[in-house]
Amino acid sequence: MADEVVLLDFWPSPFGMRLRIALAEKGIKHEYKEEDLKNKSPLLLKSNPVHKKIPVLIHNGKPVSESLIALQYIDETWNDNAPLLPSDPYLRSQAKFWAEFVDKKVADFGRKVCMTKGEEQEAAKNGLLDCIELLEGELGEKPYFGGETLGFVDVTLVPCYGWLSVYEKFGNFSIEAEHPVFIAWGKRCLQKKSVSKSLPDQQKLYDFVVQLRKRHEIE
Amino acid sequence: MSKAEVILLDCWISPFCMRVKIALEEKGVAYESQAEDLFGGKSELLLTSNPHGKVPVLLHNAKPVSESAIIVAYIDETWSSSPLLPPCAYGRAQARFWADYIDKKVFDAGKAIFMSKGEAVEVGKKDFIEIIKTLENALGDKDFFNGDTFGFVDIIGIAMTSWFPAYEKFGSFKLEDHCPKFSAWIKRSSQRESVAKVIPEAEKVIEFVTMFRKMMGAED
Repeated sequence: MADEVVLLDFWPSPFGMRLRIALAEKGIKHEYKEEDLKNKSPLLLKSNPVHKKIPVLIHNGKPVSESLIALQYIDETWNDNAPLLPSDPYLRSQAKFWAEFVDKKVADFGRKVCMTKGEEQEAAKNGLLDCIELLEGELGEKPYFGGETLGFVDVTLVPCYGWLSVYEKFGNFSIEAEHPVFIAWGKRCLQKKSVSKSLPDQQKLYDFVVQLRKRHEIE
Repeated sequence: MSKAEVILLDCWISPFCMRVKIALEEKGVAYESQAEDLFGGKSELLLTSNPHGKVPVLLHNAKPVSESAIIVAYIDETWSSSPLLPPCAYGRAQARFWADYIDKKVFDAGKAIFMSKGEAVEVGKKDFIEIIKTLENALGDKDFFNGDTFGFVDIIGIAMTSWFPAYEKFGSFKLEDHCPKFSAWIKRSSQRESVAKVIPEAEKVIEFVTMFRKMMGAED
């Protein structure tokens, strides 16, 4: 029986981007369904009744929610190529630690840089820079967090790289100036087709945030 | 530093540390607990082992693993007999979902009860009961979240229940009246040797939370 894979997603979502990249890395054929978050589909509400959020991966009718959990599911189910997590338990625990760090901190600071102003925005900018510094330390001399190939942490973090110029515009600061290692890593990831085709155009993202800020009356 | 193979940087009252101890006990892994003074001054070892500077940290042959759910998964993968997670990928995804739900919701909801006063306590209580009811639905008619055997979600969850006596006291309610199935699961799980050994007595927890809430600025 052929596998049926559906991804419920929203194009600017960094969480959705993670799954797009993983599915592309593994060459998994799937149907992409764009959700209107102001008018969520019955399928989304049925598939993630607890949080009602995207992304949701639906595999042969069975839904998996929460992007890091879905990444692990993808890795364990399609385990014949492009492994995201190492097999050694210690290295797996380290990858999960840093992915969780990105998940809890980086996305939130990024959102606040775009959607707040004044002191709150300043704090978010500093928070984001601190996170990037820590992550650069973890990357070290490796081409990717996963070593020689894209791994769990790379896939989790690179959508934030995809939003970088947008953070810089709204935050009125340069991340590139302070963190060349992070930028080099991001550019390296973007050379992979699975990444470049999964990240939206930065101008489109910028315009999206302009609209969002207008709607939330932030200026 | 101790030469023990497995060391836990620990704090007796932390439900997150309790998860790790229950997992180690379930697997029959010998370990040494090193108590951290979270209020007086964290040890150099803790601060260098975990970028967040938080307990629990598991040191296995001096290599640190942080974040309680990640540590429990590490324990399960390293000492792999009697697995804590189901064998199929979908079952594991569901288990991780509910562990994540417990992590996102339970502690903060409980804290809202004991840190509030007046009307806010009632709101906190209502939110907390809703969260437990959602977990009750996930449990269904199973003995444990893991099915017939005590597993990953059970460990992640049962440790959080150590603070429930304090929530019940400050919220003036009995969870059993609202969520009987969940309460039955608590009783069932608490009979396990690993759980009985690790979870402190209710009075000691209440005493700590009473002191803790004052320290955090709760008014009376």
